[in-house]
Amino acid sequence: MAVTTGKSFVGRFGVHIAVLIFVAIWTVPTLGILVSSLRDKDQIIASGWWNSFASSSQTEAGRLPPASVQVEKDGKFVLEGNIFGDGAARDISAFGVKSAAPTQYPAGTTAELGDGVTLQLNADGGFVMTSPKAFEGARGQRVYYASSAPPKFTSDNYKTVLFSEGIGRSFMNSLTVTIPATVIPILIAAFAAYALAWMRFPGRALLIAVIIGLLVVPLQMSLIPLLKLYNGVGSFFGVPSKTYLGIWLAHTGFGLPFAIYLLRSYIAGLPREIMESARIDGASDFEIFVKIVLPLSFPVLASFAIFQFLWVWNDLLVAMVFLGTEGDQIVLTAKLNALLGSRGGDWEILTTSAFVTIIVPLIVFFSLQRYFVRGLLAGSVKGG
Amino acid sequence: MADVTLRQVKKSYGSLNILHGIDLDIKSGEFIVFVGPSGCGKSTLLRSIAGLEEITSGELKIDGDVVNDVPPSKRGIAMVFQSYALYPHMTVYDNMAFSMKIGKESKAEIDKRVRQAAEILQLTKYLDRLPKAMSGGQRQRVAIGRAIVRNPKVFLFDEPLSNLDAALRVATRIEIAKLKESMPATTMIYVTHDQVEAMTLADRIVVLKEGHIEQVGTPMELYKRPGNLFVAQFIGSPAMNILPATIDKSGSPTIVNHVGGRKATVPIATPASAKGASVSFGVRPEDLMIATGADYLFEGTVDYVEQLGEVQLVYVDIGRADLPLVTKLPGNVEVKRGAKLRLSANAEDLHIFDADGHSFSLHSAEAQAA
Repeated sequence: MAVTTGKSFVGRFGVHIAVLIFVAIWTVPTLGILVSSLRDKDQIIASGWWNSFASSSQTEAGRLPPASVQVEKDGKFVLEGNIFGDGAARDISAFGVKSAAPTQYPAGTTAELGDGVTLQLNADGGFVMTSPKAFEGARGQRVYYASSAPPKFTSDNYKTVLFSEGIGRSFMNSLTVTIPATVIPILIAAFAAYALAWMRFPGRALLIAVIIGLLVVPLQMSLIPLLKLYNGVGSFFGVPSKTYLGIWLAHTGFGLPFAIYLLRSYIAGLPREIMESARIDGASDFEIFVKIVLPLSFPVLASFAIFQFLWVWNDLLVAMVFLGTEGDQIVLTAKLNALLGSRGGDWEILTTSAFVTIIVPLIVFFSLQRYFVRGLLAGSVKGG
Repeated sequence: MADVTLRQVKKSYGSLNILHGIDLDIKSGEFIVFVGPSGCGKSTLLRSIAGLEEITSGELKIDGDVVNDVPPSKRGIAMVFQSYALYPHMTVYDNMAFSMKIGKESKAEIDKRVRQAAEILQLTKYLDRLPKAMSGGQRQRVAIGRAIVRNPKVFLFDEPLSNLDAALRVATRIEIAKLKESMPATTMIYVTHDQVEAMTLADRIVVLKEGHIEQVGTPMELYKRPGNLFVAQFIGSPAMNILPATIDKSGSPTIVNHVGGRKATVPIATPASAKGASVSFGVRPEDLMIATGADYLFEGTVDYVEQLGEVQLVYVDIGRADLPLVTKLPGNVEVKRGAKLRLSANAEDLHIFDADGHSFSLHSAEAQAA
């Protein structure tokens, strides 16, 4: 292979580098979202996801216990205990008593706070504070310390978004929209493509031209007239204006020109002699379609299914127009958009929701990628 | 089992006429080969018989019934295509069973007939394979098997050997010949542009040109007594030498003056009115031999020699550089470039054609018949 390309080592090296760069550009943000979605909420704020496997260092403030718990020992008043109380222990690297210098003293050393008062804070959070005079006041001494927390991964974010933020429901809504909106156009387009490729009837060329023409009609232009038409028909039959049926029909309509175009060019490229042979064998047009054309067109059906599935899954505009924003109708993209507004600062919610949204396209892409590539070639290279 | 009769069959696409009134009687059990250059309409004619093309006018009968408007599957025909046209997603078994499944035959009957056909074509052990796992020759056998299973009255072959390599072509050709022998009652119609296939397989050959039938006859008739210049040059390889000539003496035999500057006596009758007329004088390369005596037909210098081992093709310049004379001489005769060569031929192997390209021998035969 390498020899047949006829390129120098440097040239091939360059290609590989370029591929690596593209892969990195694509993979790194995805990985970032995945890692962030699994991290603890506080750690997301403290450090970037690329630091998530190292202990994160953060400066915190704590307060020593009030004077009431002091004991007198060897003529000195002593406060002893652990700054973390009963909470999880962390590693303290340095501490201080002024907010201007929160890491003034290394952990384990004894700090002179003036007037003979000393404070020793150990790495495990244990502290000893001594004073020649009795401590006073209801509030204890304020202490700042730099601690490093071990990396902490959790699936809590997923539990939260799926069950209490409504992403789980939206996920099901998106599937409810996407699966029929993928299957219906394929069914219609496959029949249409066979007829346009292999059956002779008057006006066929004109019909093909019209379909090609529809490919260039912008979706945005037809959106509102379509909605008006649909609402008109809907009120005539007494159905509500925002229904799943409506969005299935809308996506079917928007997907059909491309579907028919793609499938027709593939089906027209199937060998004529196979159809003729089947005709001599006694097969009707319908039998030829079902028994010969459909099985042979599987690669292009799969690749169109991928296109349509991804497009519908990622669609926001059509969903906003044809579906409501209530819990039982809101799709993932719209929900994500809503979350951006209401939970804009909560990165753990946003990254987790985003990852839930992209997981389906990822699965679809990786499980069907060989059809994806074949489908892209469908127009140029004879398939099969 | 079935006669095929064509009466004034015409086919045109819009104003473009492909077939200009074909009349042909094919007898039951005959092996007929349609042959002709590309674009002569031979495939269109076959596809019209199959029903894949509608004929524009005329009448087509299979087994006595007019089938102009009968769909292909009801005509009692089976067709083998150049590209095999196997269903790529079906096993060999399913390929062969397809027509019977469509016809809703019983499972037992399907199985019996598929296995029978597979037996004939030695495909039994490949029945579970997909076409893509088979060689070209095997695929073509499957295509033939699919046709046999249909138990047709008429077998149609559309250039079935064109996609095979040379060795397989010979082997498959012999298989088709044997197949025909094993089904003597089945009519077979075979389209090819390869005259070797036509000569070896056919009971009768139909030579087509530009939508007309040029001549119909047994292979040897076409070879020995071509009806016109086109057939004369199309059948035989290398093609017959054709030289301009004038009739020196009409009657029987005829004496002509050809451009080589010699006279030739041809034992074919010509009408008296033909004296002095321009004609075409033809002789096949393989009928020419090196003259031994003083009586010779051509004299010239050897221009070029193609040695093929068994034979050699010698191009002789007889004074007209644009009309080199081709001769096929035994490979062991030493012929040098630039050498003088005298060639002769048996009188009965000479042909003359009138200004329209028709053979005089055919004319006289028709005249006698009338």
